[in-house]
Amino acid sequence: MAVPQKPKTRWHIAVFLAPAVLVYTAVMIYPLFNTLRLSLFSEVDQTRIWVGLQNFRTLFGDAIWSEQFWNALANNAWFFVIHMLVQNPIGIALAAILSSPRLRFSAFYRTAIFIPTILSFVIVGFAWKLILSPIWGIAPGMLDAIGLKFLYQPWLGKEEYALTTLSLVSVWQYVGIPMMLIYAALLSIPDEILEAAECDGITGISAFWKIKLPLILPSIGIISVLTFVANFNAFDLIYAAQGALAGPDFATDILGTFMYRTFFGFQLQLGDPHMGSAIASAMFGIILIGVCIYLFGIQRRLRNYQFYGQLNAQSSSDNSQHDRRTCDPGYIYGDRAVSGICHPDQQFQKPSRDLS
Amino acid sequence: MKKSTLIGAMLATSVLAGAASAQDVTLTIESWRNDDLAIWLDEIIPAFEAANTGIKLNFTPSAPAEYNAVLNSKLDAGSAGDIITCRPFDASLALYEAGHLADISDLGGMANFSPVAKSGWSTDDASVQFCVPMASVIHGFIYNADAFEELGIEVPTTEAEFFAALDTIKEDGSYIPMAMGTNDQWEAATMGYNNIGPNYWKGEEGRLALLAGAQSLTVEGWVAPYRQLARRGAYLGDGYEAQTYPDSQNIFTLGRAAIYPTGSWEISGFNNLVDFEMGAFYPPVQNAGDTCYISDHTDIGIGMNAATANSEAAITFLNWVASSEFSTIFANALPGFFPLSNASVDLEDPLAQEFISWRDACESSIRSTYQILSRGTPNLENDTWNASVAVIKGDESPEDAGARLQEGLASWYAPQQ
Repeated sequence: MAVPQKPKTRWHIAVFLAPAVLVYTAVMIYPLFNTLRLSLFSEVDQTRIWVGLQNFRTLFGDAIWSEQFWNALANNAWFFVIHMLVQNPIGIALAAILSSPRLRFSAFYRTAIFIPTILSFVIVGFAWKLILSPIWGIAPGMLDAIGLKFLYQPWLGKEEYALTTLSLVSVWQYVGIPMMLIYAALLSIPDEILEAAECDGITGISAFWKIKLPLILPSIGIISVLTFVANFNAFDLIYAAQGALAGPDFATDILGTFMYRTFFGFQLQLGDPHMGSAIASAMFGIILIGVCIYLFGIQRRLRNYQFYGQLNAQSSSDNSQHDRRTCDPGYIYGDRAVSGICHPDQQFQKPSRDLS
Repeated sequence: MKKSTLIGAMLATSVLAGAASAQDVTLTIESWRNDDLAIWLDEIIPAFEAANTGIKLNFTPSAPAEYNAVLNSKLDAGSAGDIITCRPFDASLALYEAGHLADISDLGGMANFSPVAKSGWSTDDASVQFCVPMASVIHGFIYNADAFEELGIEVPTTEAEFFAALDTIKEDGSYIPMAMGTNDQWEAATMGYNNIGPNYWKGEEGRLALLAGAQSLTVEGWVAPYRQLARRGAYLGDGYEAQTYPDSQNIFTLGRAAIYPTGSWEISGFNNLVDFEMGAFYPPVQNAGDTCYISDHTDIGIGMNAATANSEAAITFLNWVASSEFSTIFANALPGFFPLSNASVDLEDPLAQEFISWRDACESSIRSTYQILSRGTPNLENDTWNASVAVIKGDESPEDAGARLQEGLASWYAPQQ
């Protein structure tokens, strides 16, 4: 009795997508492409002219411009390195401690550590400037009280310390983000796995290194990418603490402040939207390359490592009823409901993306 | 029923309001001087409106650091006010060239200003004037007179006396000899280099020679001020590398420092803050009897939006700004911002009187980097900030700093090539 029906035009898909697509296009996609377009122009005698890649040639070829650019890029890289070496390990450690069931007041610690993240960068920049100030700050007094006054330096004013100091201030502010993400990942590890490990005698700290850490590696990867993108887009803290000239002697100049200075001008320097767009495009390129390296190089290897490496090595030593070699731990990890269901004949399943 | 009455009432009021405003022309004034809002509202606007019925003024300042960007976007969008407060030199010149500022060379009141005063807001060949000069600031040193008396120091007039005074204060130890930091950078350049510099490059003579390419930044007149700055590091407070401009202001007004290299714009703010006697001296000369030169820098101008619909009212207002009536109100309301007009003005503030008296005793000049020389990349003004800091910290020798700046300038400025 079935009457062949013409497939209906499913309007609701377009309707429901429209708000997000329109807003995203208006505030993200259009400005992005317009910036890229703007970087190919220049202004001569009040008229905008097409110059092709000339702005980029100036940026990378002209000694004055390229020196500033590489300085900003190197500073930015250092800013990122500090975050990766300090912020993320501390965040992971805090999350591991917080997820320990024996810790009391963990909700309080969690909130206290997360609060700086929701503060405005202006407040953070200003508060730390005051704390570290040689004149009014409490840092010299506190060091003096424990007899370490000789360690005090006007950190924000010295070329060799300023960038590291500001990076650490930024770490202090944002350490809550990796902590929360890792904390969530740790909570989602199925108890069965940990119990199984316990049966094999893997407990305490070695359970963290051998079981939990491999399972949260994808989260760490995501955090690394988020850190990378945020750091190479950073601007606010440096601007709030050191101003657009990113002193002392451009020691804290990162791509964001360099772009701001060029685009909007500073003091007597008139703004040059076209060179500014060229720098913004270069930043976009750098971030794009970085994210691609992660997506195509690292994320894939992370997952493979997780499948064949750690867990298989462990499961092969115990003769469990399931042949774990053909199970997909990513599958287990990603979805509790199907954990433990394994089909000996099944080939390795490629987990769909959203499982991680 | 009730609703429609309400709407009717609203319509009626808006029509009435429209009719009322049609009688008066309202001029909106764009400015970065949000510090002066009270003075405009309480003194300047009432005085003008009393003398010019039918014209209302609406003073709408924005934050200084954002002004240029905000103004540019408003002008491009056509939503800027009728009257534009003008930054000196290139920022305003660019607005004129883009057709945003009207040519007001023929304004009657323009006769009250000297060529140096007008230089901040005219085209390079001085043929077109696009803003009325409104105020200048004078550089010098403010000192804690109580501290000077306590330590028995005379006000220094020469370099040698100046450093002797600094040594005395340092030996005594109860005051920081000089309140200056290098964190914000502009302090070192504006209050350091451009403050004392005119004595060495002989004011306008050296500045114009530099513009013409007859002198370079590596000659003695331009390097010597750096040599002076290099000696300052020893007299600044602990941790001066991280000391900001507000820190310096606070250190001085709290009475912790004896000498503060600065400009006259601080006067009105400081008057309310200090509980000691303040004095001022002009930058010490090299040898006793030398002519002194001061930086009497054109700082604020005021012009007309070329797209304004109320140009007649705007011209009336600009002529009033050029008059001595405005100068007197402005100068006394804001001691430290000195009117640029030739009309004589009576100042009441003693510190402001001291500053303005140097106009008779010394030769006036403006900051060296402001006219034309900061047009290219690298920007000479920004480089001067950087070099002044490096020299004070001892990271760069005065000669190297001069050579570096010269190289940067010569890279784009034809007369220096």
